[in-house]
Amino acid sequence: MVNEKKLSIIAFSGDFDKLTAVFTLATGAAAVGYEVNLFFTFWGLDAIKIKQGRSPVGKGFLPKVFGVMMGGLKASPVSRLNFLGVSPKIFRYLMRKNSVATLEELVDAARQLKINFYACEMAMHVLGLQKTDFIPEVKDVLGVTSFLRLSEGGQTLFI
Amino acid sequence: MTFVKTKIELNKLQKGDILNVKVAAGEPLENIPRSAAEQGFNVLSVAETEMPGIHCIRIEK
Repeated sequence: MVNEKKLSIIAFSGDFDKLTAVFTLATGAAAVGYEVNLFFTFWGLDAIKIKQGRSPVGKGFLPKVFGVMMGGLKASPVSRLNFLGVSPKIFRYLMRKNSVATLEELVDAARQLKINFYACEMAMHVLGLQKTDFIPEVKDVLGVTSFLRLSEGGQTLFI
Repeated sequence: MTFVKTKIELNKLQKGDILNVKVAAGEPLENIPRSAAEQGFNVLSVAETEMPGIHCIRIEK
Protein backbone atom coordinates (compact mmCIF):
# COMPACT_ATOMS: atom_id res chain seq x y z
CA MET A 1 0.00 0.00 0.00
CA VAL A 2 1.37 3.44 -0.95
CA ASN A 3 1.98 5.84 1.92
CA GLU A 4 1.19 9.21 0.32
CA LYS A 5 3.21 11.02 2.95
CA LYS A 6 6.62 9.44 2.45
CA LEU A 7 9.32 10.60 0.05
CA SER A 8 12.69 8.94 -0.35
CA ILE A 9 15.39 10.45 -2.54
CA ILE A 10 18.54 8.74 -3.71
CA ALA A 11 21.05 11.61 -3.90
CA PHE A 12 23.63 10.23 -6.31
CA SER A 13 24.95 13.46 -7.80
CA GLY A 14 27.31 15.86 -6.09
CA ASP A 15 26.46 18.64 -8.54
CA PHE A 16 25.34 21.95 -7.10
CA ASP A 17 22.18 22.20 -9.22
CA LYS A 18 21.12 18.60 -8.62
CA LEU A 19 21.74 18.84 -4.88
CA THR A 20 19.68 22.02 -4.90
CA ALA A 21 16.85 19.99 -6.45
CA VAL A 22 17.29 17.25 -3.83
CA PHE A 23 17.10 19.64 -0.90
CA THR A 24 14.33 21.81 -2.39
CA LEU A 25 12.10 18.76 -2.85
CA ALA A 26 13.08 17.28 0.50
CA THR A 27 12.46 20.42 2.56
CA GLY A 28 9.23 21.22 0.73
CA ALA A 29 7.91 17.74 1.39
CA ALA A 30 9.02 17.74 5.04
CA ALA A 31 7.38 21.13 5.61
CA VAL A 32 3.99 19.76 4.55
CA GLY A 33 4.28 16.72 6.75
CA TYR A 34 6.02 14.09 4.67
CA GLU A 35 8.44 11.64 6.16
CA VAL A 36 11.56 12.31 4.08
CA ASN A 37 14.52 9.97 3.68
CA LEU A 38 17.66 11.10 1.87
CA PHE A 39 20.02 8.34 0.82
CA PHE A 40 23.40 9.77 -0.20
CA THR A 41 25.56 7.64 -2.43
CA PHE A 42 28.74 8.16 -4.48
CA TRP A 43 29.19 11.86 -5.36
CA GLY A 44 26.10 12.71 -3.32
CA LEU A 45 28.14 11.90 -0.21
CA ASP A 46 30.02 15.18 -0.78
CA ALA A 47 26.91 17.03 0.40
CA ILE A 48 27.05 15.59 3.91
CA LYS A 49 30.77 15.79 4.64
CA ILE A 50 31.70 17.81 7.72
CA LYS A 51 34.51 19.45 5.77
CA GLN A 52 32.69 21.44 3.11
CA GLY A 53 35.74 22.60 1.19
CA ARG A 54 38.49 20.60 -0.52
CA SER A 55 40.06 18.37 2.06
CA PRO A 56 41.91 15.02 2.05
CA VAL A 57 39.02 13.15 3.65
CA GLY A 58 39.11 9.36 3.49
CA LYS A 59 41.30 6.44 4.40
CA GLY A 60 44.17 5.74 2.03
CA PHE A 61 46.00 7.65 -0.68
CA LEU A 62 43.49 7.41 -3.54
CA PRO A 63 40.43 8.26 -1.38
CA LYS A 64 42.31 11.32 -0.07
CA VAL A 65 43.07 12.41 -3.65
CA PHE A 66 39.38 11.98 -4.50
CA GLY A 67 38.50 13.90 -1.35
CA VAL A 68 40.59 16.87 -2.44
CA MET A 69 39.35 16.75 -6.04
CA MET A 70 35.68 16.45 -5.15
CA GLY A 71 35.54 18.47 -1.96
CA GLY A 72 32.38 19.02 0.04
CA LEU A 73 29.22 21.05 -0.33
CA LYS A 74 30.96 24.37 -0.90
CA ALA A 75 33.10 22.88 -3.67
CA SER A 76 30.21 21.32 -5.59
CA PRO A 77 30.30 22.14 -9.31
CA VAL A 78 27.26 22.82 -11.50
CA SER A 79 26.44 20.02 -13.93
CA ARG A 80 26.80 22.23 -17.00
CA LEU A 81 28.96 25.28 -17.77
CA ASN A 82 30.85 25.09 -14.48
CA PHE A 83 33.67 27.35 -15.75
CA LEU A 84 36.24 26.04 -13.26
CA GLY A 85 34.00 26.71 -10.29
CA VAL A 86 32.93 30.25 -11.20
CA SER A 87 29.33 29.27 -12.03
CA PRO A 88 28.36 28.05 -8.52
CA LYS A 89 29.51 31.41 -7.14
CA ILE A 90 27.36 33.20 -9.72
CA PHE A 91 24.39 30.97 -8.85
CA ARG A 92 24.81 31.69 -5.13
CA TYR A 93 24.91 35.43 -5.89
CA LEU A 94 21.78 35.20 -8.06
CA MET A 95 19.94 33.14 -5.45
CA ARG A 96 20.66 35.68 -2.72
CA LYS A 97 19.79 38.60 -5.02
CA ASN A 98 16.43 37.01 -5.87
CA SER A 99 15.68 35.93 -2.28
CA VAL A 100 15.90 32.26 -3.21
CA ALA A 101 17.37 29.90 -0.62
CA THR A 102 20.96 28.95 -1.33
CA LEU A 103 22.08 25.32 -1.21
CA GLU A 104 23.60 25.86 2.25
CA GLU A 105 20.34 27.36 3.52
CA LEU A 106 18.38 24.42 2.13
CA VAL A 107 20.68 21.93 3.85
CA ASP A 108 20.29 23.87 7.09
CA ALA A 109 16.50 23.81 6.66
CA ALA A 110 16.63 20.05 6.08
CA ARG A 111 18.54 19.65 9.33
CA GLN A 112 16.04 21.81 11.21
CA LEU A 113 13.09 19.89 9.76
CA LYS A 114 14.73 16.69 10.98
CA ILE A 115 14.83 15.04 7.59
CA ASN A 116 16.39 11.57 7.76
CA PHE A 117 19.90 11.47 6.29
CA TYR A 118 21.46 8.13 5.39
CA ALA A 119 24.82 7.29 3.82
CA CYS A 120 25.43 4.44 1.39
CA GLU A 121 27.66 1.79 2.92
CA MET A 122 29.08 0.55 -0.38
CA ALA A 123 30.01 3.99 -1.72
CA MET A 124 31.61 4.87 1.62
CA HIS A 125 33.68 1.71 1.40
CA VAL A 126 34.86 2.53 -2.14
CA LEU A 127 35.68 6.15 -1.30
CA GLY A 128 37.33 5.27 2.02
CA LEU A 129 34.85 7.37 4.02
CA GLN A 130 33.62 6.77 7.55
CA LYS A 131 30.48 7.88 9.37
CA THR A 132 32.62 10.30 11.39
CA ASP A 133 33.46 12.15 8.14
CA PHE A 134 29.80 13.19 7.89
CA ILE A 135 27.60 15.70 9.69
CA PRO A 136 26.01 14.32 12.87
CA GLU A 137 22.52 14.39 11.33
CA VAL A 138 23.43 11.29 9.31
CA LYS A 139 21.32 8.76 11.16
CA ASP A 140 22.76 5.59 9.79
CA VAL A 141 24.86 3.85 7.17
CA LEU A 142 22.69 1.65 4.97
CA GLY A 143 22.93 -0.88 2.18
CA VAL A 144 20.45 -1.21 -0.68
CA THR A 145 18.14 -3.69 1.02
CA SER A 146 17.84 -1.55 4.14
CA PHE A 147 17.09 1.52 2.02
CA LEU A 148 14.43 -0.36 0.05
CA ARG A 149 12.79 -1.43 3.30
CA LEU A 150 12.91 2.16 4.52
CA SER A 151 11.42 3.61 1.34
CA GLU A 152 8.76 0.94 0.91
CA GLY A 153 5.25 2.30 0.52
CA GLY A 154 6.28 5.83 -0.44
CA GLN A 155 7.59 7.66 -3.48
CA THR A 156 11.24 7.29 -4.47
CA LEU A 157 13.29 9.62 -6.66
CA PHE A 158 16.81 9.26 -8.06
CA ILE A 159 18.72 12.51 -8.56
CA MET B 1 11.01 27.71 0.42
CA THR B 2 8.63 30.27 1.93
CA PHE B 3 6.47 27.65 3.59
CA VAL B 4 9.60 25.75 4.62
CA LYS B 5 10.79 28.87 6.49
CA THR B 6 7.29 29.34 7.91
CA LYS B 7 7.19 25.77 9.18
CA ILE B 8 10.64 26.06 10.77
CA GLU B 9 9.54 29.23 12.60
CA LEU B 10 6.25 27.61 13.67
CA ASN B 11 8.21 24.66 15.07
CA LYS B 12 10.06 27.08 17.37
CA LEU B 13 6.84 28.55 18.83
CA GLN B 14 4.71 27.40 21.73
CA LYS B 15 1.06 26.41 21.30
CA GLY B 16 -1.04 29.56 21.15
CA ASP B 17 1.80 31.77 19.86
CA ILE B 18 1.16 33.78 16.71
CA LEU B 19 3.45 34.06 13.69
CA ASN B 20 3.20 36.95 11.23
CA VAL B 21 4.44 36.04 7.76
CA LYS B 22 4.90 38.84 5.25
CA VAL B 23 4.89 37.85 1.60
CA ALA B 24 4.43 39.40 -1.81
CA ALA B 25 1.46 38.44 -3.91
CA GLY B 26 1.84 35.22 -5.86
CA GLU B 27 2.26 31.54 -5.15
CA PRO B 28 3.40 31.86 -1.50
CA LEU B 29 0.36 33.96 -0.66
CA GLU B 30 -1.89 31.12 -1.81
CA ASN B 31 0.33 28.29 -0.60
CA ILE B 32 1.16 29.38 2.95
CA PRO B 33 -2.39 29.71 4.32
CA ARG B 34 -3.47 26.49 2.60
CA SER B 35 -0.46 24.47 3.78
CA ALA B 36 -0.62 25.90 7.30
CA ALA B 37 -4.30 24.98 7.58
CA GLU B 38 -3.61 21.49 6.24
CA GLN B 39 -0.92 21.11 8.90
CA GLY B 40 -3.44 21.89 11.61
CA PHE B 41 -2.46 25.50 12.30
CA ASN B 42 -5.05 28.20 12.72
CA VAL B 43 -4.83 30.85 9.99
CA LEU B 44 -6.21 33.95 11.68
CA SER B 45 -6.06 36.41 8.81
CA VAL B 46 -4.57 37.30 5.45
CA ALA B 47 -4.45 41.02 4.86
CA GLU B 48 -2.64 43.63 2.81
CA THR B 49 -0.09 45.69 4.68
CA GLU B 50 0.74 49.38 4.27
CA MET B 51 3.52 48.36 1.92
CA PRO B 52 2.12 48.01 -1.59
CA GLY B 53 1.89 44.39 -2.75
CA ILE B 54 2.94 42.95 0.61
CA HIS B 55 0.52 40.80 2.57
CA CYS B 56 0.62 39.64 6.17
CA ILE B 57 -0.54 36.14 7.07
CA ARG B 58 -1.23 35.62 10.79
CA ILE B 59 -0.93 32.01 11.90
CA GLU B 60 -1.61 30.67 15.37
CA LYS B 61 0.23 27.56 16.49
